[in-house]
Amino acid sequence: MSAIHPDEITAGRLDGSYKPDRPIAMDPATGDGTLIDDPSKRPPLVLNNRSFHDITEIVCGYCEQRPGGWWLPVFGLVSTLAGVGTLMIIYLLVTGVGVWGLNNQVDWAWDITNFVFWIGIGHAGTLISAILCLLKQKWRTSINRAAEAMTIFAVVCAGTYPGIHVGRVWMIWMVFPIPNANAIWPNFRSPLLWDVFAVSTYFTVSLLFWYMGMIPDFATLRDRAVLRLKNASGPTVVPFIQLRQDTLRAWIYGLLSMGWRFSTRHWQNYEKAYIMLAGVSTPLVLSVHSIVSFDFATSILPGWHTTIFPPYFVAGAIFGGFAMVLGLMIPARELYPNMKDLITLRHLENMAKIILVTGSMVGFAYFMEFFIAWYSGNQYESDVFVYNRMMPPFLAEMFGLSRGAPYWWAYWIMISCNVISPQVFWMKRFRTSPLAIFIVSMAVTVGMWFERFVIIVTSLHRAFLPGEWGMFFPTAVDIITFIGTIGIFITLFLLFLRFLPAFAMSEIKNVLPQANPHPPHADHH
Amino acid sequence: MSKARKIYKTESGEVVYGVMAEFDSPAALTHGAEKVRDAGYTKWDVYSPFPVHGMEEAMGLKNNMLPLITGVVGLGGAGVGYLFQWWVTTQGYATIVQGKPFDAFQPWVPVTFEIGVLFTAFTALLGMFAFNALPMWYHPLLKKQRFLRVSDDRFVICVEAGDPKFDPDRTRELLEKSGGKQFDFVEE
Repeated sequence: MSAIHPDEITAGRLDGSYKPDRPIAMDPATGDGTLIDDPSKRPPLVLNNRSFHDITEIVCGYCEQRPGGWWLPVFGLVSTLAGVGTLMIIYLLVTGVGVWGLNNQVDWAWDITNFVFWIGIGHAGTLISAILCLLKQKWRTSINRAAEAMTIFAVVCAGTYPGIHVGRVWMIWMVFPIPNANAIWPNFRSPLLWDVFAVSTYFTVSLLFWYMGMIPDFATLRDRAVLRLKNASGPTVVPFIQLRQDTLRAWIYGLLSMGWRFSTRHWQNYEKAYIMLAGVSTPLVLSVHSIVSFDFATSILPGWHTTIFPPYFVAGAIFGGFAMVLGLMIPARELYPNMKDLITLRHLENMAKIILVTGSMVGFAYFMEFFIAWYSGNQYESDVFVYNRMMPPFLAEMFGLSRGAPYWWAYWIMISCNVISPQVFWMKRFRTSPLAIFIVSMAVTVGMWFERFVIIVTSLHRAFLPGEWGMFFPTAVDIITFIGTIGIFITLFLLFLRFLPAFAMSEIKNVLPQANPHPPHADHH
Repeated sequence: MSKARKIYKTESGEVVYGVMAEFDSPAALTHGAEKVRDAGYTKWDVYSPFPVHGMEEAMGLKNNMLPLITGVVGLGGAGVGYLFQWWVTTQGYATIVQGKPFDAFQPWVPVTFEIGVLFTAFTALLGMFAFNALPMWYHPLLKKQRFLRVSDDRFVICVEAGDPKFDPDRTRELLEKSGGKQFDFVEE
């Protein structure tokens, strides 16, 4: 109890004596204390014995206080990239898809590669929030919010490409079944239309899920702003005008919180609705990339016409999505104070294990495609794998084959990044080292981009008739548009970290040991 | 309603919404809620920064229709989606595609599923709002400075004055015996 404020931490904050950034004691055997191998011991989910109030202070601090000095320069850079990318899209719209490197043979290239790449990245968020929720994996609580945000932003980037790749962009509304004067309706037997429904449903449901999870946390931010306003403290928005930042916060977070007041009668319905959303999101997340894979699998092009595609795409999406979650959260936990208390080495290790599993599944699928191409005895299928994808021209010459694959390097980048690099996670030393995990997750992100490039471009560039064979070369517009979507993605993510509750506070509080109403040694209450 | 609600006023003359008490921990809160439940109150609620495990039983709350409604609307949505595709493909705009039968159901499966999921998700969220009477941006409790700390780390039980068993002194006494602290009247 202090004279300035009844709460010790708030008082300490006001007089400057509170040092929230407590270092974490590292142990050679257990890392930060969470890498316990003994299954009878439960590693802590949150470090430093944090109280409920500490969690509120840490998480709300991320969006109430100014971020570190790195934030603004990074934000300036990525939002510039986003702006340049948007200019490229406008250039495409006013000129036509000819500004891309597409041609008659390779008529889907970077546009669809990027679409599938981004939509795949969007899969980890819902997997973490829905499937791990149903499996009662408590460690999900400190990564689910950021992963869900990442899902939404990745789907925003993904959704851009089908919209702008159609050529006559002003006709894009016709993908939706909207009554029109010509009485024309969409073709429900086309997988491209299924894709429209799958991606738009996925975006909508992910958004609802994300928003619903944030309602209690919005209410926390609202109440803190209201309390500070009652004490008439806190900075103003612009100098000389008596509009405090907290007034805006109380209004905006208050509006978004829907008047949430933490009532148990409300929590009861909330938890039911949440588990139902998790229940429908689980098949949804599996369906979305399956349906994306139907775009290819239902065609008759060798290399695309494969029944393994749906599970292979889903595993790849989870693989790439987790890599992106790690790629964002590992730098974030270095840059933000106390984030290492919430995202422990155990969290990173668990995610590294998922990368190892899904990466091996993807590797198995690559092998299986080869096996079936040979086992089916289909000449076209095996030619795609040998002459379009795998065989470098110099080796082909050595073996006396008629030709090699001009895109062999793309194929081998994919194999080394996706299949070989995650294998280091068999060793505990690597899957508990943030640096190693970060390097592998970046490699996986690159590899997953090349996977989609290999599937799309190498299958298309040399199909049945040698007379129509061609090559694809990206133009500057192709490249800058893709960099632009990376800019959009990171811009949105930085804004999320700055203004929204980056961790599910109510869920983290719920998994703290003191949240248990029946503690193991409290039979004398 | 046979009996009109009795109106209580504070010393400053404001109408009393209820009496609130703070509890130390989730365990104390659960214990207190059981006591209030056993005393037969109906208009009261427990407020905690996170859903405390087992609190529904401690409060004696019953399940409601939300899951059933969500399930029915979700399946209904899937049915509407299926019928719509059937109508478009066989009636509204019957077009020959690869010579396949117009009424083959297999190609309609993905969209039927997606529409079912969409309806389920909206019903779950909007149904949660409806059952909770949200949005409600004004509430007597939200005016109470001490109550706002619930969103951080406080645990509160509030018995409302609208409860037929409510009596300012006896209700407070019950909360005190159940382990409550820091009593306060909440003004309407």
